Amino acid sequence: MRARVLIRPKKGILDPQGQAVEQALPALGFRGVRNVHVGRLIELDVDDPSEVPEMCERLLANPLIEDYEVVEA
Amino acid sequence: MKFGVVRFPGSCDEIDALLACRRFGDAELLWHKERDLGGVDAVVVPGGFSYGDYLRAGAIARFSPLMEAVIDFARAGGPVLGICNGFQVLCEAGLLPGALLPNRSLRFVCRQVQVLVENPDTPFTRACEKGDLLSVPVKHTTGRYYAPGILEEQVVLRYAPGQNPNGAQDDIAGVCNIEGNVLGLMPHPEHAVNPLTGSSDGSRLFESVAVPEAPASAERAGVGVVPAA
Repeated sequence: MRARVLIRPKKGILDPQGQAVEQALPALGFRGVRNVHVGRLIELDVDDPSEVPEMCERLLANPLIEDYEVVEA
Repeated sequence: MKFGVVRFPGSCDEIDALLACRRFGDAELLWHKERDLGGVDAVVVPGGFSYGDYLRAGAIARFSPLMEAVIDFARAGGPVLGICNGFQVLCEAGLLPGALLPNRSLRFVCRQVQVLVENPDTPFTRACEKGDLLSVPVKHTTGRYYAPGILEEQVVLRYAPGQNPNGAQDDIAGVCNIEGNVLGLMPHPEHAVNPLTGSSDGSRLFESVAVPEAPASAERAGVGVVPAA
């Protein structure tokens, strides 16, 4: 299976990258943009998709500062 | 007294760390693929960009064979000092609480800062007194320390008021584990061991490990004096 792991900064943690993007969009004329957050995307082929959450906990994400979501690609 | 200084692919401060250690004892480099520490008495995990900082700073280095030995050494009470990237590695390894996030400014910061010694009861700060000010440089992009629920006694070093370079929680510059034998800090004491580079205050951390007894007070004269602006 091809798995896709979406990693986001945890809610409540200051995300200066998201803020920078949020401030840049109005400069291009885009209005009404809010709550921008920048994360990471990891795609991987795995034999056993049930192992992916553990991979996230132990390496792909840092659960103290990041939330992750595993979806089928 | 023998120090071991870890070298990962991508380390870049290991030679300065080695030379800082050699001011107070023997020191040798430990390659990341080794599985034992060769009988060293203290370990320094230096700064740099271990494994290219891929994924997250320190995330891959944490799984190197040598780090397994460092983790065992730390759990057995051995003194371990993590500087900058080494601090990130120790957090990723679970030896220290918290994590390092990108600087609030999103910029690389390189400057001399004053840090306040909050806890002199660690193997790396026992040559200092609470309230001593040390002048040491910082140079990093990922130094915003974040540790919900950290205990006050784990805060070993704090940026002097108004000098927080990265947005770190409560101005925290360095922390230890509950047991006190593992210290991580973002500033670089190994770059501040010779007045030639502006300050030798950083040498006190290396001296602390090598010389367990507190040095004579006469030797302390001058430490913590803030140079006139």
